[in-house]
Amino acid sequence: MARYALKRLVQMIPLLLAVSLIAFALIKLVPGDPAVVMGGSNATPAEIEAIRRNLGLDRPLHVQLFSFYAALFQGDLGRSLLLGQPVTEALLERAPVTLWIAFYSLVLTIVLGMATGIVAALRHNTIVDQLVSVFALLGVSIPNFWLGLMMIVLFSVHLGWLPTSGYADPLADPVGFLRTATMPAVALAMLQTGLLTRIVRSTMLDVLGQDYIRTARAKGLPEARVVLRHALANVMIPVITMIGLILSVLLSGSIIVETIFSVPGIGSLLGNAILRRDYPMIQGGLLFVAATLMLLNLVVDLLYAAFDPRVRVDR
Amino acid sequence: MTPPLLSAPLLSAPLLSVRDLTVTFRAEGRTQAAVDRVGFDVAAGEVLGIVGESGSGKSVTALAVMGLLPANGRVASGEILFEGTDLLRLPARKMRDLRGRRIGMIFQEPMTSLNPVFTIGDQIVETIVHHERLGRRAARERAVDMLARVGIPSARRRLDDYPHQMSGGMRQRVMIAMALACSPRLLLADEPTTALDVTIQAQLLDLLNDLRREFGMAVVVITHNMGVIAEFADRVAVFYAGRVAEEAPVEPLFDRPAHPYTRGLLASTPRLDADAERLVTIPGAMPNIAAPPPGCRFAPRCGVKVEACEADRPPLVAVGDGHRAACIRAGEAAA
Repeated sequence: MARYALKRLVQMIPLLLAVSLIAFALIKLVPGDPAVVMGGSNATPAEIEAIRRNLGLDRPLHVQLFSFYAALFQGDLGRSLLLGQPVTEALLERAPVTLWIAFYSLVLTIVLGMATGIVAALRHNTIVDQLVSVFALLGVSIPNFWLGLMMIVLFSVHLGWLPTSGYADPLADPVGFLRTATMPAVALAMLQTGLLTRIVRSTMLDVLGQDYIRTARAKGLPEARVVLRHALANVMIPVITMIGLILSVLLSGSIIVETIFSVPGIGSLLGNAILRRDYPMIQGGLLFVAATLMLLNLVVDLLYAAFDPRVRVDR
Repeated sequence: MTPPLLSAPLLSAPLLSVRDLTVTFRAEGRTQAAVDRVGFDVAAGEVLGIVGESGSGKSVTALAVMGLLPANGRVASGEILFEGTDLLRLPARKMRDLRGRRIGMIFQEPMTSLNPVFTIGDQIVETIVHHERLGRRAARERAVDMLARVGIPSARRRLDDYPHQMSGGMRQRVMIAMALACSPRLLLADEPTTALDVTIQAQLLDLLNDLRREFGMAVVVITHNMGVIAEFADRVAVFYAGRVAEEAPVEPLFDRPAHPYTRGLLASTPRLDADAERLVTIPGAMPNIAAPPPGCRFAPRCGVKVEACEADRPPLVAVGDGHRAACIRAGEAAA
């Protein structure tokens, strides 16, 4: 297992190099002169020249590339144009916020998605099953920004239960975290919950028809044990696979949701950086998110092997 | 005072007695009887073979005994008496308690009948711990013992194997070990060797034969293979289209089959000692149970049918000692 993890970590290096090249190229791919775009419509030629010099855009391309990687290998992602703060520092400051909300959202997704999926499968072809299907359809159809806005209107404006924005550290102030993070987490969770519900429902239906479930019943086990142990252990296999996918949707969705709820996380940081053409920040954010996803997917793959004995990772 | 004459019939009461069992299935809004007033007895320690084609109702009958019919199937009428208790009237909880403890079952598909994500030891131990007041360690010892008894080499080591690490024959041995772990009185074996290689089939039949003597249990073996019947069964019930066509001890059945379907079945079994160049086949196919023919269900394919065959259901009539056939011409044919 450790050997496999190490191997996967080594395999991440070329991937990250490729991503960094894309991040570097980003600034060249934008139509027109990036310095002009960054400067905005009111910038004087002197200001634009300053931006250009600041980004090193006045130098030859290969020199730019070399200095980009030279800095990158020292953990230096440059300095944010907007915040005047080193990009690495800004990212590390905001990362826990996004990761906590993503984790909260993932927990909601798994609990809700599995519960509804299992109930629908057990009540196959009943009104309950149909209600769950409608819920799942709504989940995958409602855009998260719209849901976020509607929740603000209902729970913050009309009912006044939850604040419209803000963030509290879950370890220092758990109640504050729940009050501020619940709406963003729910808005983020809806899409994946709908997807997960469908997958759990269809997998559970399939598993319940398997011969080994009949065997478990023939052994005289109570139905609860048949479903929650013998069936669920098999349903978990595709669920684990899906969690890797869910994580990437959670991280990309955080840009919009954090912006709506003014959550000081990576999502809103990158959202603003994109709007203001803060290229060093966009480049750094891209790399950071890519590396985070690769690490999380490695964890998911290791989990996968733990749930399915037929998958052996140490080879 | 004379003792009541009650004890004699009680002593000889069968372990399992299926009476007038009808099982219906709902499919596409219609109800059809997959098993139509079927009856048979199994004495303690006896091996009853149930033989018939696919769709003749053999497996459905076994599942009904276990109380494990699929969701769209139900017992419409009849009784299933096990040790004198009607299983159909038993509350679900009591029935569950019998399953795996008093009645074990093994299935046709050893490759898929074990849960792929648990070790085989785990799956055997689970049964034992569930039914008996036994700690996990003691249950594990019993599991090792059972695996050794079904002929799995280095049983203790294999306990922690997952099903995918074993061959089909080994998995079926594990299924047998699991079914027998609580020493049931009755084992239902639904096509236990069909999915296996011929050499493994013979080994498993020998094993089942040894084990049923050792455990003193009765076995209902369901098969479409006359060879399995000849080798293993004491008595045979021949199923055709959801009904019992003929019932007899093995030797009379093979020597003097009374029902034309049984005769066809035997004639279509390949034999080494016969010099026939071609196998005999029964013309036609089993009737659709959704719209069965009136009268004898075999009549459309029968070479000796008379007009009366198509009128009423032929009753099971005695044609010998413990030998009954559902054919109005059985008497003539046997003679």
